[in-house]
Amino acid sequence: MAGVADPHQYLAAKQRWAPIEVAFWLAMLLPFVLVPTYLPLASQIAITAIFAVSLDLILGYAGLVSLGHAAYFGLGAYTAGLIAKAGWGEPFSGLLIGGAAAGLFGHLTGYIVVRVRHLALIMITLGIGLLLYEVANRASWLTGGNDGLQGVAMWPLFGSFDFDLYGYTAYAYSLAVLFAVVLAARRLVHSPFGLSLRAIRENERRMPAIGAPSRARLRTIYTIAATIAGIGGALLAQTTQFVSLGALSFERSAELIVILVIGGTGRLYGGVVGAIVYMVARDRLSGMNPQYWYFWIGLMLIGVVLFLPNGILGGLATLLPRRSRAS
Amino acid sequence: MIAPAVGVLFDGFAYGMLLFLLSVGLSVTLGMMNFVNLAHGSFAMVGAYVAVSLMGLGWPFFATLPCAFLVAGVISVGFERTLFRRVYRASDLQQVLLTIGLAFISVAAAAWFYGTMQQPVRLPVYLRTYATFMGINFSIYRLFLIAVALAVTGLLVGALDYTRFGAQVRAAVDNQRMAQGLGVDVDTVFAITFALGSGLAGLGGALAIEIVGLDPNFTFTYLIYVLIVVAVGGLGSIRGSLLAAILLGVSDAAGKYYVPTLGAFLIYLVMVSLLLWRPSGLFGRR
Amino acid sequence: MLRAMTLCLGFLALLAGPTSGQAQQTIKIGVILPFSGQFADTGVQLDDGIKLYMQQHGDMVAGKKIEVIRKDVGGIAPEVAKRLAQELVVRDNVDILAGFALTPNALAAAEVSAQAKKFMVVMNAATSIITTKSPYLARTSVTVPQIDEAFGNWVAKSGVKTVYTLVSDYGPGLDAEASFQRAFEAAGGKVVGSVRVPVANPDFSAFVQRAKDANPEGIFIFVPGGTQPAAIGKALASRGITPKDTKIFGQGEITSEDALKSMGDDAVGIVTAFHYDYNHNSPMNREFVAAYNKAFGRNPDIYSIGGYDGMRLIYAALEKTGGKADGQDLIDAAKGMTWESPRGPMSIDPETRDVVQTVYIRRAEKVGEHVANVEFDKVENVKDPVKSRMPK
Repeated sequence: MAGVADPHQYLAAKQRWAPIEVAFWLAMLLPFVLVPTYLPLASQIAITAIFAVSLDLILGYAGLVSLGHAAYFGLGAYTAGLIAKAGWGEPFSGLLIGGAAAGLFGHLTGYIVVRVRHLALIMITLGIGLLLYEVANRASWLTGGNDGLQGVAMWPLFGSFDFDLYGYTAYAYSLAVLFAVVLAARRLVHSPFGLSLRAIRENERRMPAIGAPSRARLRTIYTIAATIAGIGGALLAQTTQFVSLGALSFERSAELIVILVIGGTGRLYGGVVGAIVYMVARDRLSGMNPQYWYFWIGLMLIGVVLFLPNGILGGLATLLPRRSRAS
Repeated sequence: MIAPAVGVLFDGFAYGMLLFLLSVGLSVTLGMMNFVNLAHGSFAMVGAYVAVSLMGLGWPFFATLPCAFLVAGVISVGFERTLFRRVYRASDLQQVLLTIGLAFISVAAAAWFYGTMQQPVRLPVYLRTYATFMGINFSIYRLFLIAVALAVTGLLVGALDYTRFGAQVRAAVDNQRMAQGLGVDVDTVFAITFALGSGLAGLGGALAIEIVGLDPNFTFTYLIYVLIVVAVGGLGSIRGSLLAAILLGVSDAAGKYYVPTLGAFLIYLVMVSLLLWRPSGLFGRR
Repeated sequence: MLRAMTLCLGFLALLAGPTSGQAQQTIKIGVILPFSGQFADTGVQLDDGIKLYMQQHGDMVAGKKIEVIRKDVGGIAPEVAKRLAQELVVRDNVDILAGFALTPNALAAAEVSAQAKKFMVVMNAATSIITTKSPYLARTSVTVPQIDEAFGNWVAKSGVKTVYTLVSDYGPGLDAEASFQRAFEAAGGKVVGSVRVPVANPDFSAFVQRAKDANPEGIFIFVPGGTQPAAIGKALASRGITPKDTKIFGQGEITSEDALKSMGDDAVGIVTAFHYDYNHNSPMNREFVAAYNKAFGRNPDIYSIGGYDGMRLIYAALEKTGGKADGQDLIDAAKGMTWESPRGPMSIDPETRDVVQTVYIRRAEKVGEHVANVEFDKVENVKDPVKSRMPK
């Protein structure tokens, strides 16, 4: 990318598809053939990846660390679940409504969130998440409270594909949505708007000085990230046909940060790779050792920090150019 | 109706003191080194298990407290020297990942050595009763807790304000690089502070068992509360942590007593509004 | 394109799928429990109950070998529980789903049981409606209303006129509150106040003071097992509420073994209702407790007995079907099954597939050095009252 002087050319160059990206997406189809009995896991990985990409937009690109991102995920999940419970089980529209509800809440809370930084930001997002969790717990007449929301009945996807026990429909659906989300996020981060976010991340005070309103842009990206998180949540509600308070929990927000940092922040695919690595490792380890698996997860996290300080993708990125130079 | 309220506020105050002991170490280490240590709760858990183990061997409760402090401090400094110092220059998120990893390992280790069950604690009888003053019951144990916390605060503030070491710590919290430039051995000062902070967490852990119990998940039970105290109090401020912990303990107790339907909300609402008012915390400088 | 591929692959997988199912000489049981996190102890104790039953009765039933596959769900995570159940069914080809400590997880997995027509045994989760979610599901633990309606009625009949209820603010707590109040008031008692405590609540003293202010004859308490029973016991004592002046009632969790150890003499006089305690006085239970201690070095609790009796039900049902593991055959065999458990006589209700058992009324008393629950009354043959009221 060195040598590209014109910013528009730079962005256009970034927009082009690299062969490795194409290969990556083709590889995402492999579970259908290679491990067809792992599709329920694969679809939950895809959903977590959507959620992680949404966090990456605010954390990796705009520098807003949130410890309450599950609020939007859970809101999307409950919205989609409640619509289906009320009798409208069409998946695609449910997905959009779930995303819209989360986006609206994201827009409203965005006014508070962009005012603060550092620890206060982390704690305020955490507070918003915990408050919403308590609201959902308290409103058990609506949400089913601790027992979870039951009676979520989905219609077949596009009128013809039932959500089956093997998870074929669920994975195909989740993967298609993940693809669409990454596509949209890709355009976004490689647009002038995306560049301005990175500029805000690097130096927030300077941006208003050169005529770019920092807070308004941060609110916009926060709303977009909340919408995507809501879509992820709605997808989880639809593919599992169940919503619980766990969708809103602090643990989910915290785990998401872990996933994103493992994969690598600010790299678009970091969340996707992190979701795959973390959830596959978790599934394998807890299958082998149900009681002490988190010991090994803990070691894995420490190993990532010590040996791959920029996450897995960061590690790969330092390897790849070297290889190409050598050849 | 005044008497029961006083009793409840007293309990909330004592609870705040407990939170203070658990969080003050994290506040100082965060303020000085910008090191985000989410494994702080693990050192509290170390103290708690040390106390339980020694009491199991027949030690009196009071004798276990210094040991909880010492063991937690020594173990923490071991990790600080070998592991944590390698990531001081890494980003916050890397530090979060490393210390969460360590917290996971500590939970697994506790479950492996002590089992997943509740650890029973039996205090001496004189600590388990309550004193009645003007018709209000004051738990002896909570009085003891308050006394310990106030003594610790007095020692800490005194040490910080009037000793050479305290001056070095303050210098390092204010401006680490400048302190280094002026010849303060920030590295060593930090190691000692880290050990002290973790030791206090260990002491707090040992004192907490009587009120909240102990199982391997203890590491995470207090994490949110400790973070709230640190954020509201302001990084690196002992007075701030103390005030935030008291505010939290008392408003939590008062909220539960007067408006129980708001019970769980109140503490978070208080935190969010305080942080919007003062984003760097009550006594925060940055 | 994607859809077409999906269809093709689905078809291929269906062709490939059934091969692993044939020539079945083993019966696989998929056990889903929280082995980590906040509820790890529940999972471990329940699983130890399963292990003990298999140690005592071997792993061969009706000529088939029993194989248990264990999965950790990590806490309240229905989507994980459902996925694990799906995977156990489609990948590991399990014949029976079992375990389930937490209600949301059991509810989500029950859908898999219904869809795949697999026999499912709920060994702990105690919300009434779980058994209605799959026709192949039976329960060997308890339901909250089963205990607390029987108890509410008993408390009123014992002459207590006014109570205050203090429960955890989540599903089971609300169930306990509703069932206790319902039965207590139906039997002529008066509830003078109630308070709901947030689940994530380490300090109880403010709530306890509220209860004390209402000056009731008795307080009814429900909190989940774990760290909370001992904490509330200590809060009661330090606020000056002891069974000497105010009667303290509760579902059995509040006087669990470790809670009693922590509370010590302060607990003496607390009256609770439950379906099992390791002190239950019967030869069969003494033998069970001794074997459990020998194997795992601690006493069994209600989770252990749920797992133990759950395996008892699975073994007996398999004997009855001659080793056939079809969901319909197994649930038909389980319906109406009656046996003597270490907890006393119990059976599976042929209509609701839920557990029918004795509810014991116990008082915490000093027995030698320690404080223990001593049974002094019982209500026999208690069914789940919620499902009895449901329109058929």
